[in-house]
Amino acid sequence: MNFDLTYLLQIAPLLLKGAVVTVQATVLGTLLAAVLGLLLAILNRSRLRIVRYATTAVVLFIRNTPLLIQLFFLFYILPQFGIALPTYLTGVIALGIHYAAYMSEVYRAGITAVPRGQWEAAHALNMPRALVWRRIILPQALPPIIPPLGNYAIAMFKDTPVLATIGILEMLGVALAEANRSYRYYEPLTMVGILFLIFSLFSAVAVRLLEKRYAAR
Amino acid sequence: MTALLDLLPQLMKGLQTTLLVTAFAAPLALVMALASGLARLSPIKLLQWLAVIYVELFRGTSLLVQLFYFFYVMPLFGLSLDPVTTGVLVLALNTGAYGSEVVRAGIGSVPKSQREACIALNMSPAMALRRVIFPQAFVTMLPPFGNLLIELLKATSLLSLITIFDLAFAGNTLFQTTGRTLEIYGLVLMIYFATAMVLTLGMRWLEKRMGAGRDLEFRP
Repeated sequence: MNFDLTYLLQIAPLLLKGAVVTVQATVLGTLLAAVLGLLLAILNRSRLRIVRYATTAVVLFIRNTPLLIQLFFLFYILPQFGIALPTYLTGVIALGIHYAAYMSEVYRAGITAVPRGQWEAAHALNMPRALVWRRIILPQALPPIIPPLGNYAIAMFKDTPVLATIGILEMLGVALAEANRSYRYYEPLTMVGILFLIFSLFSAVAVRLLEKRYAAR
Repeated sequence: MTALLDLLPQLMKGLQTTLLVTAFAAPLALVMALASGLARLSPIKLLQWLAVIYVELFRGTSLLVQLFYFFYVMPLFGLSLDPVTTGVLVLALNTGAYGSEVVRAGIGSVPKSQREACIALNMSPAMALRRVIFPQAFVTMLPPFGNLLIELLKATSLLSLITIFDLAFAGNTLFQTTGRTLEIYGLVLMIYFATAMVLTLGMRWLEKRMGAGRDLEFRP
């Protein structure tokens, strides 16, 4: 089995275009997950017991079911309720929701790590709750958890190929489409693997830098 | 309710495969995790490097890519396995690579004094690992192993993409024949969730059992 370099160069532009889609989906998905995750973590601190229980249940359910099925669920069910989103957006939303559940646990750890006395002091100063979150708790809770959030962003990156199943042409989707056309799997799939490896190694280094930066606090 | 019941037989058949694959992949992943985790701590440089390459390769590329690679590309090199074997193998290799880090962290979590005590007692390194270090480390490894087991269960759903009739595949087939998306995928999600909960409870029980009478903190 020979590795055909000319063929690889021929499909390289397509694969790189796929890589752009992969990175885009990861960035958008991470942003969504970061926002939703924070929301879940704050709701989990609500004074209403029912809200706390509900968020715990939601997080537990999302974390214990496969992303692939969640993706199919959104992809096939949203249109039934009249919500027709572009496929790409559905994919990003699925990634965002799935990882929001994981990230909410990270946020929760960060929030719990803020000493109780901070809450009490803010309370003693008669600060409204929203202000306590914004000015006191979150500025202390967020920096230490940036590296673990980064790790989940990397994990999400490695989950993006799942989006190929609903027809999104990210890296793997492009490779498979190309392979179906030419009946050559070796070159495209090897290339995708190598690209993933490169991205992963670089992002691992990036997270290590983040750790160094925020560890001192 | 009856509308849901007629979907169940098919889904249960799929669940059987899902459970079977998980049951085969999990022990294999454990073996890979232990082998590579210990190899990274070995004094032999070659073993260390092999373990690092294995871990980085399988953690650095996506599981789905690995699955397709073993499914489509490996046969070109003469490694032709049936889909289920391929699935079990890839899942085990992937999960094992993540488990490798757990093993490393677990061994690292055993207090240094334990090792020093072993040296003082003139134990060989192998014996110290077997009798003193590993039994203590293993208890701390169990909770992260439990998480990995759930990740493994969820990852089996990807096997539906290499033609394996698992729970996800059963759901997709039913969807194509009946078109009842909401019930089918809702039910599939519920079944995955219930299975994951059972596994979680099992791991909790195991943690309690293995941790009984052990206390890693030294309290004078």
